[in-house]
Amino acid sequence: MSETRLPSSKRSGRAALDAFIGSNGALSVLVVILGFVCGTLIVLSVGRKPSGMYLALLQTLTGYNATSAVWNSRYVGEWLTASMPLILTGMSMGFAARTGLFNIGAEGQYIIGLTAAQFVALYFPAIPGLHWSLALAAAALAAAFWGGLVGWLRARFAVSEVVATIMLNYIAFFLSRYLTRLIPDANTYRTPSFPETALIPRSFLDPLTNHSRLSVGIFIVLFCVLLYWLILERTKLGFELRATGLNRNAASYAGISVDRSLTISMAISGAFAGIAGAIVALGSFNYGRVLGGYDNYGFNGIAVALVGNSRAGGTLVSGLLFGMLASAQPLMQSRQIPKEITWIISGLVVIFVSLRAGFRMLIEWRAKVAAARGQTDSEARDV
Amino acid sequence: MAATTDKQDTRSVSDGSEWAVEMLGIRKVFPGIVANDDVTLRVRRREIHAILGENGAGKSTLMSVLFGLYAPDAGKILVDGKEARIRGPNDARALGIGMVHQHFKLVRPYTVSENIILGMEPRNFLGEVDFRGAERRIAELSDRYGLAVDPKAKVESIGVGMQQRAEILKILYRDADVLIFDEPTAVLTPQEIDELMAILKRLQAEGKTVILITHKLREIKEAAERCTVLRRGRLVGTVDVASTDESALAEMMVGRAVDFNIRKKSPTLGDVVLSIRDLDVRGSRGQLSVKGLSLDVRSGEILGIAGVDGNGQTELIEAVTGLRRVEKGSISMDGRDITRVSTRERAGAGIGHVPEDRQRHGLVLDFRLDENLALRTYDRPPLLRRRFFLDFEAMAERARSLIAEYDIRAAKGPATKARSMSGGNQQKAIIAREIDISPRLLVIAQPTRGLDVGAIENIHKRIIAERDKGRAVLLVSYELDEVLALCDRIAAISKGEIVGIVEAKGVDERLIGAMMAGKARGAEMGMRKGAG
Repeated sequence: MSETRLPSSKRSGRAALDAFIGSNGALSVLVVILGFVCGTLIVLSVGRKPSGMYLALLQTLTGYNATSAVWNSRYVGEWLTASMPLILTGMSMGFAARTGLFNIGAEGQYIIGLTAAQFVALYFPAIPGLHWSLALAAAALAAAFWGGLVGWLRARFAVSEVVATIMLNYIAFFLSRYLTRLIPDANTYRTPSFPETALIPRSFLDPLTNHSRLSVGIFIVLFCVLLYWLILERTKLGFELRATGLNRNAASYAGISVDRSLTISMAISGAFAGIAGAIVALGSFNYGRVLGGYDNYGFNGIAVALVGNSRAGGTLVSGLLFGMLASAQPLMQSRQIPKEITWIISGLVVIFVSLRAGFRMLIEWRAKVAAARGQTDSEARDV
Repeated sequence: MAATTDKQDTRSVSDGSEWAVEMLGIRKVFPGIVANDDVTLRVRRREIHAILGENGAGKSTLMSVLFGLYAPDAGKILVDGKEARIRGPNDARALGIGMVHQHFKLVRPYTVSENIILGMEPRNFLGEVDFRGAERRIAELSDRYGLAVDPKAKVESIGVGMQQRAEILKILYRDADVLIFDEPTAVLTPQEIDELMAILKRLQAEGKTVILITHKLREIKEAAERCTVLRRGRLVGTVDVASTDESALAEMMVGRAVDFNIRKKSPTLGDVVLSIRDLDVRGSRGQLSVKGLSLDVRSGEILGIAGVDGNGQTELIEAVTGLRRVEKGSISMDGRDITRVSTRERAGAGIGHVPEDRQRHGLVLDFRLDENLALRTYDRPPLLRRRFFLDFEAMAERARSLIAEYDIRAAKGPATKARSMSGGNQQKAIIAREIDISPRLLVIAQPTRGLDVGAIENIHKRIIAERDKGRAVLLVSYELDEVLALCDRIAAISKGEIVGIVEAKGVDERLIGAMMAGKARGAEMGMRKGAG
């Protein structure tokens, strides 16, 4: 079999296309651009000016209001604040995905983390520095347990992690409500206020972002991103988890305990979501909440991970993107752009990302052809 | 190379009587690959015509074009001298062309006759399916062609050989005149192969035309009159089998002289390395797949397990390598009981394992080559630093040395994705990795499945070199030729039991075939039975 002779221009075009489709990052960028193009068209179709949307986004990202030429860094702070839990729940989803698991339970793990943080905030001695750190650690541990439980059920009893996490989301939600309402003086929606020491400090970020709600939690998020990358890409554990995710048979053949990988992976996933819960509970509020509904950070994390390709850097960027869309809403409304357009754009991006499955089939098919070609090439060279 | 028909010559206009099927200048392009490039095949009436070529030479593509599964990009097909447009298998059937696929297409819970009439059920005057009439006709056909098929037997209860004959009946029932067989002997024991060859001749005697796709030279010599050889999608030539010897056919197929005789020294036997006693292992569906099996493998020898696929080989290997729980009995290595020891510890003790399915078990296809080569050793220095961190530079370095030593062809070196490598090179990578963990014992399953001749030679040489270095090798292969060529001793397995163990030197292949079918007991044949 010989290679098809293509005109060289066509061939280089095809190579470029291959490289593009083969690169998940490029595909994500394309998908996001596509989402915005569609969003722009929709804004046009309802008779509003798309420039308003982009000016609102600009203001979110830089704090600069191009209409009034006023700069206010608070918008930047709010953007980052909105992004923090999204990045973390995105990593919760992504980490499990890299091990071949579909963690739809980030919402429940987030709630468990949030609840644990609230309890430590209310009941532990108010020691400056230690108090909120302890609350954060408790949140991570409790949520790691909540996630690890799913991994264990999966490994031990072959319970589908999708079913288990959906169930545990409900359990987490009602458990949180029940426990929080047991707290003396708690009413139907809140507990007494936290002591000052339980709040994640804003320190220098407060003047820097003009009294936004941005806390030093942002550094914890960045640390988590680094940790995510380090574990998955650089450690022995990450190697085992990735091998398990890509080919369970080969992993167990190589002597990797697949059961252990699944449990550990879900525990780490849970911890990320739990930290998200603590950052919201102790960063954006100063009292414990009796949840009235899902905060939806966990579910939005699925979209974040999808767009971010479950990579550390990708999830960071995509978390910032979704955070931008969320925090730009009020600014859009003030410019007569319906705020729902941000949800439409997010939704379109997710749909386009899901189309990647189609691209994936194309890639695999091309790889097969390439492999067949490789085989014949090696035949020609007398292996 | 013997009388090759000239390509130009075959272009002459056919007279319509001599040829059953003519495929002229067939070209079929898949994206990036020309699977058939100007291939001409002319099959005489009532001949057995073999199509020979390596994996990927384009045999199956050519036959799929004839059977209507692919539309050719160029060329034309003549059936009985008339140009035919074959748009699908139904068109092919209407022209009297039938195909026995390599993987049988039978509904297992149905009877043979139900399978055969499926899709063209005969009706009686009430519109009911006329099973009795169908069965009668099938029995007649079976008698006429000597197929010995029981029309009332359920497919799941009959052996592979009879299933294949049921497939043949299915085609005959549809009044085919040209029967295409796609690698029909891959799943058969030597005895069943003999039977099939007899059936092919019987079909011919009854006036049918047979096209036999194969890469096995012996079968061609045995059954075929003429043989068309393909190489890399191109026609090499069509020869008369009687006047061409096997090595000439091999040279046409591969494109260079091939040495089929594996040269090996007589073994220098050492201590018993692997000792299996009275082993029971359950299969995936809970059935007892290995029953009371005992075996010894010594250092410096290759012990081959000969048997038809599905007789407990997979379960045995998984038990030895720690991937499957042992029900009863013991496995020990160098005198140490390892029956309950983990896969990783066994690897640490020096068991290397080349798995049966290289893509499912042997490799993480989306990992890089160096990561794949590290699958067994990533958890210890030098690849592991400070207990937790992988040293990717060391990983790439080690990959580079294995690539050089084992001649693994990978486009981007250590960074090549395993998925993009050819099957032969994937297998070389696995063998390199497993030999490199310095095993006392190499457990190898199906080392050359789906590989081309060059890669097979390379891998066989490598396995023998390891044996000569004093390693014990336990080899499972469903290709009897491979077992015969490589092994020092051969244990025949049937239904999870070792039927007998024989010295490979000068052994009669029929004897092993009989044992594989579970028919002979080693003791009766004057052989040592059980542990050697």
